[in-house]
Amino acid sequence: MMHIGLNHFLVLSAALFSLGVFGIVTRKNAVMVLMGLELVLNSANINFVAFAKYGNLGNQGQLIALFVVVLAAAEAAIALAIVLNIYKTFNSINVDEVDSLKE
Amino acid sequence: MNEFILTNISLAIMVLPIIGFFFTLILGKKIKKMYYFELFISFCVIALTAVLVFSKLSWFSGTKIVSEYTWIDIKNSSVLPNLQVDLGIMIDNMTVLLMSVVALISFLVHIFSIVYMDGDKRFNRYYAYLGLFTFSMNGIVFAHDILMMYIFWELVGITSYLLIGFWYEKDSASNASKKAFLSNRVGDVGMFGGILMLFTTYHTFTFDKIFAQIQMGVLPFNSEFWLTVTGLLVFMGAVGKSAQFPLHIWLPDAMEGPTPVSALIHAATMVAAGVYLITRVFAMLTGDALFVIACIGAISAFMPATIALTQKDIKKVLAYSTISQLGYMVMALGLGAFSFAFFHLVTHAFFKACLFLGSGSVILGMHHEQDITKMGGLRKKMPWTYATFLMATLAISGVPLTSGFLSKDGILAGSLAYGQLTGHWIFAAVGYLVAGLTAFYMFRLVIITFHGEPADKEKFGHVHETPFSMVAPLVILSGLSIFIWYTPNPVSADSGWFLSKWISTPVSVVPNHARYNFMQSEAKNAAKTEQAKVLTGTETWNKAIEAPENMEHHIVHSEVYTETLHSLHYPAIFLSVLLGGLGILFAFVMYQWKKVSADKLANAVKPLYLFSLNKWYIDEFYQATFIAFTMLLSKVLYWFDSTIVDGVVNGAAFVTRMISKFCGKFDSVVVDGLVNLVAYISGFIGIFFKKFQTGKVQTYLIYVVFSLVILLFIFKSF
Repeated sequence: MMHIGLNHFLVLSAALFSLGVFGIVTRKNAVMVLMGLELVLNSANINFVAFAKYGNLGNQGQLIALFVVVLAAAEAAIALAIVLNIYKTFNSINVDEVDSLKE
Repeated sequence: MNEFILTNISLAIMVLPIIGFFFTLILGKKIKKMYYFELFISFCVIALTAVLVFSKLSWFSGTKIVSEYTWIDIKNSSVLPNLQVDLGIMIDNMTVLLMSVVALISFLVHIFSIVYMDGDKRFNRYYAYLGLFTFSMNGIVFAHDILMMYIFWELVGITSYLLIGFWYEKDSASNASKKAFLSNRVGDVGMFGGILMLFTTYHTFTFDKIFAQIQMGVLPFNSEFWLTVTGLLVFMGAVGKSAQFPLHIWLPDAMEGPTPVSALIHAATMVAAGVYLITRVFAMLTGDALFVIACIGAISAFMPATIALTQKDIKKVLAYSTISQLGYMVMALGLGAFSFAFFHLVTHAFFKACLFLGSGSVILGMHHEQDITKMGGLRKKMPWTYATFLMATLAISGVPLTSGFLSKDGILAGSLAYGQLTGHWIFAAVGYLVAGLTAFYMFRLVIITFHGEPADKEKFGHVHETPFSMVAPLVILSGLSIFIWYTPNPVSADSGWFLSKWISTPVSVVPNHARYNFMQSEAKNAAKTEQAKVLTGTETWNKAIEAPENMEHHIVHSEVYTETLHSLHYPAIFLSVLLGGLGILFAFVMYQWKKVSADKLANAVKPLYLFSLNKWYIDEFYQATFIAFTMLLSKVLYWFDSTIVDGVVNGAAFVTRMISKFCGKFDSVVVDGLVNLVAYISGFIGIFFKKFQTGKVQTYLIYVVFSLVILLFIFKSF
């Protein structure tokens, strides 16, 4: 049986991060984009916890992970509010159509 | 009555007319009857002149009153030399006599013009000009220095110009005024040169101071030759103003002006100013200069007399006669017959003014007809004009019992005396010939105009005698042509008050050997006293100078000249009466009794007749020489101007334009190109980078991720 070490966690976190970024970039639905964003945050969480276990971060890593969870909740609330407003304005939550930044 | 009061009266006489001029000119536009003011001023002038003349001649006849004012005084200047210029008035007997002539004729002309100029649209301006003229003429008469004389000299010139061209709508009038002005300019340039010579030599303009210095032997360039030249240069002014040969051409044309003006300016006063100038500088004229003056005078006396024989315009005849008589005066001055020249100036002023005003009366009576061939028989319709005209004609012809006889006779006796003393009989010959010619053409004028049958019956029907205000001046002036005003003796003026008391020849101050031979033996003591008087006297403002009693009564002709003149007096009278009588007789034979046909005579001597009719072709000669030359010169200069100067200017402009064009091209192609290129490149870069800004958040995120990856790789290598 293979010993599970730091690298495994890092690879998992990197894969999760990549999936999150891929989701953010490719999804058209704004809610899906937010979900991708959650994946990215959680990959960071995994990193913090991993380094808390194997590195020299100590309990601080776990603490930051908890902090990130709280932050993610707040961010989700704000982001959903933004999405709602975008819907009100554009009658759609398709991020491809929201390109008024260009102007 | 003292000198101070006399000075103030003189100043008032001088200044009053200019006040009349300004008021009449300015208010004349608003007030129709403004000319009455000028008439009033003229009356004031004549009244004051009467006071001046009588008091001067009664109580101060031996005194020369000088009153001067320092105009420019430069002392202790580091740049300029010490310089003092005085202006002032000098009152001697000649001054007051000429002043009385000017004031009287000016007044009569003012009166005469009321009717003559009636209805003219510039009536008030006419009177204003008369006032300006009187002012200027008074200035000349009173001037005690040549500078002031020159100033007023130019002023009468401009007034003459204004009045000749008074009807400037007529081309002939405006041309005549220009001709007069330009001819006078020629003379005045010479006079100005003479004044400059005098000033650079003597550092003063005052006549007396100049004479005193000549007396002490100071001469221009230390040579008598240059003194002669200076005298002749000053004389040039007189040649222009007194219409002497060769500048006489303007006077006949000046008849384009109103006739009263011709009487005042171009017959009696202004043209006499030239003669007056010669009398003022007489003392400094050398024998050579006097000889030249006599020659000019003789030519000017003879030539116009021949021209007057054939002229048909009544005013032209009188104009040529004026030149001829002025030539007489100038010749007399040149021959040394000083007092007779001045005497003739005065008598001529009266009878010539009378003739001109008479011609004005005729012209008005004939409804502005000046051609004498269309007149005739006017005697019956205009008896007063005829009588006065005839009286003045008798005077100018030198008939005994008239003033003209006395003065002309004096001049002729002077020319005979000159002939006997020097052998130059030519002047006497010219003098007598002109006397005969004058009598002839004047009676020709009278007979054609007033006698015989009317040439134009219809016009004759409308002829009328002119009103009292025109006849009265004629009567006064013709009255002054009688001998009694000048001397009690009708055959000789020598014993009269005019010559024996009032007028005396000034002492010549030129070096003894430069004078005429017969003038050399003068008493030197007399001259020295004269000089002493001048040196002590004339420095202060408003200080009248007491000259010793009888200062003006030196023996001034040398004894020889005076004695010769007296001894020749009776032959002179005899000859002049003979020639004058012959002239009158011929006139009657030809025009009254028609024994000799004038036309046949004219045909018999056709070249001479045409020569005279065309005024000796002098106008044509000037046209062909001076005027053509000037025109040619102007054309050459114009060509030079339009081709060379304009060419240079245009060339410079062309070169500048070319350079500008090139600069413009450089600017628009190279500089603008560079700027545009920069802008274009910027634009291009902008267009390129615009594509990266899609506005889509996801695209931006891709850029971020890729950039992060690239950065990671870059920093990994460090």
